[in-house]
Amino acid sequence: MSAVAPGATLLVLMLPFLAALAAPWLTRRLGHNAAWILALAPLAIFMHFLGFAGQVADGGVVTGGYAWVPSLNVSFSWLIDGLSLTFVLLISGIGALIMLYSGGYLKGHAQLGRFFSFMLMFMGAMLGVVISDSFLMLFVYWELTSITSFLLIGFDHSREASRRAAIQALVVTGGGGLALLAGLLVIWNITGVSQISMLLSYGDEVRASPFYLMALILVLGGAFSKSAQFPLHFWLPNAMEAPTPVSAYLHSATMVKAGVYLLMRLNPVLGDTVWWETILPLFGGTTLIVGTLLAIRQTDLKLMLAYTTVSSLGLLVMLTGFGSEHAIAAAVLYLVAHSLFKGALFMVAGLIDHETGSRDVTELGGLRKAMPITFIAAIAAAISMAGLPPFIGFLAKEEIYYALWHIDPWSLAFVAVAIIGNGLMFVIGFAVAIKPFFGPVVKTPKVAHEGPVLLWLGPLVLGITALGAALVSPVTHRFISSPMASAIAGETESVTISLIPHFGAPLMLSLVTIVFGIIAYRMVDRLRAGMAWLLTAIGWGPDRGFDQMISGLVGLSVWLTRLVQPGRLEIYMMVTFLMIAAALIGPMAWYGEWPSMPVWPADAQFHELVVFAIVPIGLLAVIFARDRLTAIVSLGIQGFAVALIFMLFGAPDLSFTQFMVETLAVVILALVMTRLKLTSADHRPTWEKAVDMAVALACGGGFMLYLLAVTQQPFNAELSDFFSAYSKIVAHGANVVNVIIVDFRGTDTLGEIAVVMVTGLAILSLIRIRTPRVTVADNDPDRNGGGR
Amino acid sequence: MRTVIFRSIAPYLTSLMMLFSIFVLLRGHNEPGGGFIGGLIAASALAIYGIACGVAPVRRAIYFHPMAISAFGLFLSASAGVLSVFAGVPYMTGLWVYPHVFGVELALSSVLVFDVGVYLVVVGAISSIALALEERDRD
Repeated sequence: MSAVAPGATLLVLMLPFLAALAAPWLTRRLGHNAAWILALAPLAIFMHFLGFAGQVADGGVVTGGYAWVPSLNVSFSWLIDGLSLTFVLLISGIGALIMLYSGGYLKGHAQLGRFFSFMLMFMGAMLGVVISDSFLMLFVYWELTSITSFLLIGFDHSREASRRAAIQALVVTGGGGLALLAGLLVIWNITGVSQISMLLSYGDEVRASPFYLMALILVLGGAFSKSAQFPLHFWLPNAMEAPTPVSAYLHSATMVKAGVYLLMRLNPVLGDTVWWETILPLFGGTTLIVGTLLAIRQTDLKLMLAYTTVSSLGLLVMLTGFGSEHAIAAAVLYLVAHSLFKGALFMVAGLIDHETGSRDVTELGGLRKAMPITFIAAIAAAISMAGLPPFIGFLAKEEIYYALWHIDPWSLAFVAVAIIGNGLMFVIGFAVAIKPFFGPVVKTPKVAHEGPVLLWLGPLVLGITALGAALVSPVTHRFISSPMASAIAGETESVTISLIPHFGAPLMLSLVTIVFGIIAYRMVDRLRAGMAWLLTAIGWGPDRGFDQMISGLVGLSVWLTRLVQPGRLEIYMMVTFLMIAAALIGPMAWYGEWPSMPVWPADAQFHELVVFAIVPIGLLAVIFARDRLTAIVSLGIQGFAVALIFMLFGAPDLSFTQFMVETLAVVILALVMTRLKLTSADHRPTWEKAVDMAVALACGGGFMLYLLAVTQQPFNAELSDFFSAYSKIVAHGANVVNVIIVDFRGTDTLGEIAVVMVTGLAILSLIRIRTPRVTVADNDPDRNGGGR
Repeated sequence: MRTVIFRSIAPYLTSLMMLFSIFVLLRGHNEPGGGFIGGLIAASALAIYGIACGVAPVRRAIYFHPMAISAFGLFLSASAGVLSVFAGVPYMTGLWVYPHVFGVELALSSVLVFDVGVYLVVVGAISSIALALEERDRD
């Protein structure tokens, strides 16, 4: 086993968040040079996980963790195998370079510290996604990447386009995250395990389950939204509103690959079914073609790259869907290659933008002399992207054709898709890397010159890595490709492809791709115009659809709010009382369980009958009162009579309280009436009175029936016996009612008095809301005259 | 409402009612009564005083803002429960002491503190509503 203590791994997983806390402070002290120190955090993570490489290469799997919510069987645990290790190394390695690049790119920006902080938080979240062993931990980190991505896209929050893009990304990827949570819960339900490492042996059980398709669709909802699969791809190009380091890191190298990671991770569990092998290649293939076609349409360097990222993600999903040995190897190689070359190209695009003031490919040219280091990095990345030797992109593309080349219509269709996609990516790669550097020098907004070391270090290192990984391919395969492919396949696999070409179909397909690419590159302007015409002709896209959906949602909520909150007190009261009546009478009517009517008591005393008679008299007085004040006071008659009844039948506490409540209710109602400036009498039309009366009768009758029904049930005396027996012994009180209130049920009472106080506050502010600041009591003898 | 009789008698009535409310509060543990009823009586006493003599004298007489009284009551009730923590028993467990004051055994308890809190909450909340309603602008 590994000598690394689990505590160290936990600390390393928390390191980005700790660094994020320190980042604003460091940036205040050191300015943009804080990047050098902050880059040590991802570097430390990289070194820490590199220590696992040998063990993982030998087929080892490292798990560890701590109990998080033991009562729910949720743990904070990690799983380090070939798949997660490759991702972790990419995230931390590229992360270190991106931190440096950010320092150079946003040098002097007022909010640089905040930017560093967000970037590091994202890094921590992304590490968590790929290393989580527990479902819920995966979900929490997954949503955390969406949230940090939202913060980063909206970093330039004074621009509306940024804000819109940020919200769009959050809605799409965050919504997908919820689908993922549901999918994981379904899987959890099927298998009963919530750890990915344990899940891997339950593949057959999941695939045989009737809920398999549900789980698959929900998980795909999460993966496709995060990895920008068509038709949910639109948020990714919009996310280019973010500063370029964000685009290079989140939206090409890492975050958008979270969906692909998830698919690869669950391949042994969900894969190898007809659904999986149909849905994934179809969506992936469509995304590949749509992405490249839309990329051709663009002239902005970042947008061109963004759309090719969409298509690369499509390619990865497609390959994962095929699930064959070669397809997985191809996906692994392409994923690594893509992270390296796309990260580098984005940084190059940002570098060109930073040093020339423009990133429109039609406004750039001849930068080769002015920016030689950038040029080398760009060419290296573009060759890898185009799939030419001797870069890792070549290995990936050869492996893709190995995987796809079968003589049947389904495979041949995808071969064609791959050739078109790769060919067009070849075009874009060179349009980004060659067009700005060759040709006549074009005058740019700023005088072009080489950028500082912070800016060119990143792309250069990534370019060299792409070359080195291919040159020493046996080492790459031993430590990266083979362990990762094994983890995806769920069984031991070894990747063997090298730079030495094998004559055969894949090489021929590569040649076809290159020829197609060169032809397309020569007519790129015509293709661009054609695509522009086509898109204008269609006129509608998912991006527009998103806006329509949002405005539709707003419209719906406005309509619904108006419906349930019309703002008229009468309607609220009417609805409330109708609901009370329905709740009381409805169940009795539905089940036909009406209470039997009580019999007239034979031994009724005269004074009891008198008190009972007062109640209806009080009510008649209310109804026939000439003005409102009389009606309110008459209401008190009925209340006092009820209090008397309580007294007669042995509930002194209740009676006492009823007296006081009635008194205060009458006083407060009368005071309210004097403020409301109503006419003194009630002038409703007769029909309205009839309706109100019907509702009142329904409510009153409902309560009567309900109480009758309750009292006709056999009385369970367990509680009252307990309280009478123990009130004196346990709580030293003879008044059982009060002992219950302040002692046995004290916590309830505490809640209730809190409600009383808050209600008082609310009413107080309601009264004050329309009253002028200086108020004078109408009967205040000490009033000092000049109050108003 | 500002009749001479009412205004003359209101301060005495109010004092008596306040006294009675405290009596009801304290005897509540063994006889009908308690913090809630006591609070209601005290609130109506203040309301009567306010109707008869105006709001300003009431506010002067109770010195604190009624809402502050209410909030203090809530604090008192909540702290009465916390006392049990120091005795090492669960929250809200009643604690009793029996000191002898002038030769009489007094039964004091955290429950009593709690009930006083209830009393103050009710007095404060109800009378702040009543006083605010009485304190209307002249029309």
